Amino acid sequence: MLQFALRRLGILIPFLIGISIISFVVIQLPPGSYADSYVNNLRMQGTNVSAEQEADIRSTYGLDKSLPEQYALWIGKIVFAGDFGSSFRYNRPVSTILMERVPATLMLSLTAIALTWLLAVPLGILSAVKQYSVWDHAMTLLGLIGLAVPGFLLALSIMFIVYQNTGWLVNGFFSPPFREAPWSPEKVVDLLRNVWLPLLVLTVGGLASITRVLRATLLDELNKQYVTTARSKGLKEMANVLRYPLRIAINPLLSTLGWMLPAVVGGEIVISKVLNLPTIGPILLEASIAQDMYLAGGIVLILSVLTVVGTFISDILLAVNDPRIRME
Amino acid sequence: MSEEKTVTPSSRPRAVQSRIDNLRSQYSRGGQRRRERAEQLYSASQWQLMRAKFGKHKLAIVSLYLLGLFYLVAVLAEFVAPYDPQERSRQHLFAPPSEIHWFAADGSFTGPYVLSGRTRVDPATFRYELTIADDADVNPIVLFPKVEPYRLAGLIPMDVKLFGAEGRQPIFLLGADNLGRDIFSRLVHASRISLFVGFGGVIISFVLGLALGGISGYMGGRVDSLIQRTIELVMSIPQIPLWMALAAAIPPEWTGIQTYFAITLVLSLVGWTGLARVVRGRILSMREEDYVMAARISSAGTWAIITRHLIPGFTSYLIVHITIAIPYMILGETTLSFLGIGIRAPDVSWGSLLQQAQDVVVISNYVWLLWPAAFVVLAVVLFNFIGDGLRDAADPYAK
Repeated sequence: MLQFALRRLGILIPFLIGISIISFVVIQLPPGSYADSYVNNLRMQGTNVSAEQEADIRSTYGLDKSLPEQYALWIGKIVFAGDFGSSFRYNRPVSTILMERVPATLMLSLTAIALTWLLAVPLGILSAVKQYSVWDHAMTLLGLIGLAVPGFLLALSIMFIVYQNTGWLVNGFFSPPFREAPWSPEKVVDLLRNVWLPLLVLTVGGLASITRVLRATLLDELNKQYVTTARSKGLKEMANVLRYPLRIAINPLLSTLGWMLPAVVGGEIVISKVLNLPTIGPILLEASIAQDMYLAGGIVLILSVLTVVGTFISDILLAVNDPRIRME
Repeated sequence: MSEEKTVTPSSRPRAVQSRIDNLRSQYSRGGQRRRERAEQLYSASQWQLMRAKFGKHKLAIVSLYLLGLFYLVAVLAEFVAPYDPQERSRQHLFAPPSEIHWFAADGSFTGPYVLSGRTRVDPATFRYELTIADDADVNPIVLFPKVEPYRLAGLIPMDVKLFGAEGRQPIFLLGADNLGRDIFSRLVHASRISLFVGFGGVIISFVLGLALGGISGYMGGRVDSLIQRTIELVMSIPQIPLWMALAAAIPPEWTGIQTYFAITLVLSLVGWTGLARVVRGRILSMREEDYVMAARISSAGTWAIITRHLIPGFTSYLIVHITIAIPYMILGETTLSFLGIGIRAPDVSWGSLLQQAQDVVVISNYVWLLWPAAFVVLAVVLFNFIGDGLRDAADPYAK
């Protein structure tokens, strides 16, 4: 087991390096250097920037050096000092902004994934045991919606329907009176009144496909002889399904985390704009539009690292659950 | 037309049965046709089989025709749209979809017409309301009205439109936006960018995916694992944040065409990985097939094996995959443009039209602003239906 974990860790490290290079390329992509946009921004605000100050900014970011050196400087500061550079748009260190906003994104995404699995397992069992039933077809329809309706549109439509019928405007995590208030039962209720919508939208996206995966593997397993044996020995159908085939069918589900995590994080970024959520999404959007690239690159880096680490954890879980994988 | 194949039911003597069969095949045209069909089936090429199977998939066929109509409209945008996408009408800010009347006030049939009216802000609700006077002008809707000369797709000079309203009142099939621009006309023009962004993106992904997936699958070994790790790396990065950051790098001073190609490139930079995986998987499994071995023994070269024996074997899979990849590109473009980092004004795409519908309070007042959303969803669903039909048709083992 330890050996398996170490081997996976060995793959993880080149991955993290690859991600940091891609994020660095993202930072370098806009024409003109970061210092140019920085100085332009200052000048637009009416600040006088002398040539000396400009040179100063250049040397702080190592912009007078070659690209590999710049990369080493950038990643070194992040790894050893937690310094992601600073954002001219917000005039603050990128790391502070990340600390403020990323946890909310992460919490929302992880809750959505947990919710997806919680719903997908019973629904998948239902679809497999009662193949071609109304439920089964309902899941297919849900899958089509998840596939064809982009998240922001789904969020917008549900928001619109709720607003039309009840006058309730879902907005952010909390309604304005509760935003600064300390935690209280009323605040929790208010949170629930708002947070269900992003959770719903993020869940619909993955739910149908996860259910499909579970349904397919479960259907395969249900026809196997060990299931028939258990059945012929008089084991109740539900107990049988839950005890044996489900344990095997759950494995592919764990491995879906690898693609689900990036998808949910990406979905969260888009709907946070529509729903006005205080997560990293709106910041990334503004940073992109303003070409505040240290901020944008930092966000891409941190989100990618988190998803890769998440995938790593899911691989370990998979190996814990399935001895065949760690033996390979 | 041999008789050996017919199975003789045990209840009838063999000789009698064969005579009956003989007579049947001579006199019944149905039997004759069935036989011919069976023979055609044996000699049919893979493509003929696919087409025959696809033809049975009603939903896919209907989707194909509908989508064909979409693309036709997109190509003929200037002709189908009654107005220029930038044409503003100050009297019709947020005008609702025009009501089309068929009968005159006295009840007699007149043919379709719209009444003149204008929108004004309601002082109580601050909402634009349409007012139509009691003696409003009647503006008949006509087919092929003469208009100012224009060029279809910038090439063919023309001076008629598909339809339009006579008189001074424009016809707003799907309402007007905040500047009094006709949403239907904008939608039609936008479909040109939105529907074709998928093609461009898929072509780039296709070339990248085919080349890298092919090399990966055929070479194996170190090259294979290097390419596979790269694919896993690209796939593990959340797509949307990466798109956003890449789209941000497009200089604002670029022209519409340049931005369009840049967006296409951004979308396909992530999209090729799926295709590369499909290609690699197919090549890996087919490389070991006996017929490939046979070709190798007959001293066919690597290139000949790839082009003559491997590629035809998975072309159908590629087509299916591409059909399913296009709607993802369309959704990607829509999302980016909706967020304001994709197609920029004055160019219009479905996503950039939806930018006006970001605020729920605005939508609740002027619900017709959501029309572009309906077209996005419809196009994606149609592509998926066609993809489903193609997948069934391409699978030789499916019933």
